[in-house]
Amino acid sequence: MSSDAVSEVASSVSRGRPSVGWALLGSEISVLFRRRRTWAMLAVLALVPILIAIAVRVTRSTPNGGRGPAFLDQVTQNGLFVGVVGVLISIPLFLPLTVGVVAGDSIAGEASAGTLRYLLIAPVGRVRLLIVKYLAAAVFCLAATLAVVVAGTLIGIALFPVGPATLLSGDVIGVPETLIRSLLVSVYVTISLLGLSAIGLFISTLTDVPVGAMAATIVLSVVSQVLDSIPQLDWLHPWLFTHYWLGVGDLLRQPISWDSFGSNSVLQAAYIVLFGALAYGRFSTKDVLS
Amino acid sequence: MTGDATAAIETRGLTKRFGSHAAVSGIDVTVPRGAVFGFLGPNGSGKTTTIRMMLGLAAPTSGTIRVLGHDMPRELHSVLPRVGALVEGPGFYPYLSGAANLRRLDTADRFAPSATRRARVERALERVGLTHAARKKVHAYSLGMKQRLGIANALLTPRELLVLDEPTNGLDPQGTREVRNLIRSLAAEGTTIFVSSHLLAEVEQVCTHAAIMSAGELVAQGTLDELRGVGRSELRLLTPDAGLAIHVLGSFGLSAETTDAADGSALVTATLLGQTAEPDALVAALVGGGVRVRGFSIERPSLEDRFVALTGEGFDVVQ
Ligand SMILES: Nc1ncnc2c1ncn2[C@@H]1O[C@H](COP(=O)(O)OP(=O)(O)OP(=O)(O)O)[C@@H](O)[C@H]1O
Ligand SMILES: [Mg+2]
Repeated sequence: MSSDAVSEVASSVSRGRPSVGWALLGSEISVLFRRRRTWAMLAVLALVPILIAIAVRVTRSTPNGGRGPAFLDQVTQNGLFVGVVGVLISIPLFLPLTVGVVAGDSIAGEASAGTLRYLLIAPVGRVRLLIVKYLAAAVFCLAATLAVVVAGTLIGIALFPVGPATLLSGDVIGVPETLIRSLLVSVYVTISLLGLSAIGLFISTLTDVPVGAMAATIVLSVVSQVLDSIPQLDWLHPWLFTHYWLGVGDLLRQPISWDSFGSNSVLQAAYIVLFGALAYGRFSTKDVLS
Repeated sequence: MTGDATAAIETRGLTKRFGSHAAVSGIDVTVPRGAVFGFLGPNGSGKTTTIRMMLGLAAPTSGTIRVLGHDMPRELHSVLPRVGALVEGPGFYPYLSGAANLRRLDTADRFAPSATRRARVERALERVGLTHAARKKVHAYSLGMKQRLGIANALLTPRELLVLDEPTNGLDPQGTREVRNLIRSLAAEGTTIFVSSHLLAEVEQVCTHAAIMSAGELVAQGTLDELRGVGRSELRLLTPDAGLAIHVLGSFGLSAETTDAADGSALVTATLLGQTAEPDALVAALVGGGVRVRGFSIERPSLEDRFVALTGEGFDVVQ
């Protein structure tokens, strides 16, 4: 081997400053949205309000589900709120189901595919990988919520009259205001799912079996909701990450009550910090043997 | 860059325990810069575990590792961009194409310039002969194609050190040859190569140095000649006149042994230590002494003989 060759390799290898690494986030999000599974889940979510709208339209009945969307009966007079109704019905199960799949898969999925070791020796940096995985899960939360709200709003416009809407407080708002309220609801629901995403990310660092991490995350969201409905445990309720999930109604009053929006955001942030720290503690020193 | 004086890889007392079972126990491996280093050992002897520790995937239970002059895993971020690796087979996203997989893994390296990403991916695919399959989804790849893609991933940026864990696993004879040539050409460019394998013939063809693992311990290490045992070669003589031959060889200070061979001949063997006598002189003496020589050869022990001698004959995996 000639010393020329050595110095040539050395000089081409001696590197400049590292990039900030946005490319990885872009790659993560594009990989997420290039999976057929992601689109299948978004399609199922979009189907929820579509099926509701069709059912209401066909039967002309006003189903007043025990689920609480008291203004479901309004849908026949105003199609703009179909999206909001859809998201209310999706919050307890459908949304956590899909978020559980994405967040639970984040690290465990890479481990089981064998790509985790190649990311780590690239080297991706373990903390950076956790952050990127979490951000991608958050993007999915937004996409999932919007899938329901947008599909619902569109099908509502197609099947029902569009006009001023009556809020829970009895006030009437115009069409632009109604659309803004729908967007606010989307933001609220997205934030509501961020704590669950952090829990999913942490569970995902515990195992190399993605299905296990997904199932555990989804089960936790159900358990939390069950606990939240047991009156004897009311001291626990404000600490449950699902506690404000159905507090969307506050955004449908005049004037808007921001109380649950604020409490929900603080609670979700606390869950992100707690489970982010747990995920870091677990993953930063974990032996990757997959 | 840190001086070339330091070894590419240096481990001291490297140990990894899984529960009470020591997968790697106190090994001291030294891989000189520029070497093609064969890391040999039977199944379960701890090769992959050692490689995982060298790359910072698993933490050693005890002992130290220095790679390219830096402590691992403490200085992992300055070491790993200069190291390409294939560990325990390839790992890819089945739903992405080969090229998309490489681009994805390349974005993970913050030192890999995104401006040249596409060109570097094309080049790496070309080097392993996968250009035609670049747009194909990986789930439609054969085992050997995935293995090639794994090697391409290790070549995405110029590397000072390549760590390849069984690179020819699943490859056809052409692929195996190509990998050998690839290793030779990379070594000629000055890249240090650490390759684990249990295909001894292969290691013998490309490596300059080797180490042999057995049940988690390092049983031998050095240049290939040192390992084979220079000067230790064996004389094999086929003759019907065994008694006479032993007598003649004895006059050269050789102690010979006899085993029966076919056609009324006997196989006479003797170990040649150092330069006792030139083979042609031995044959001349044998013929001159009236020994009918039907076959004569001097055999240097192969790496395989040495390997089996060090790691045992048994087929069972040693724990
Ligand atoms: N995750 C793990 N948990 C427990 N023991 C393990 C684990 N991984 C490996 N081992 C043990 O460590 C030992 C060494 O395994 P390793 O994979 O390093 O062997 P190897 O030399 O690479 O073998 P092969 O040639 O089959 O690839 C084996 O006895 C194995 O059982
Ligand atoms: Mg192995």
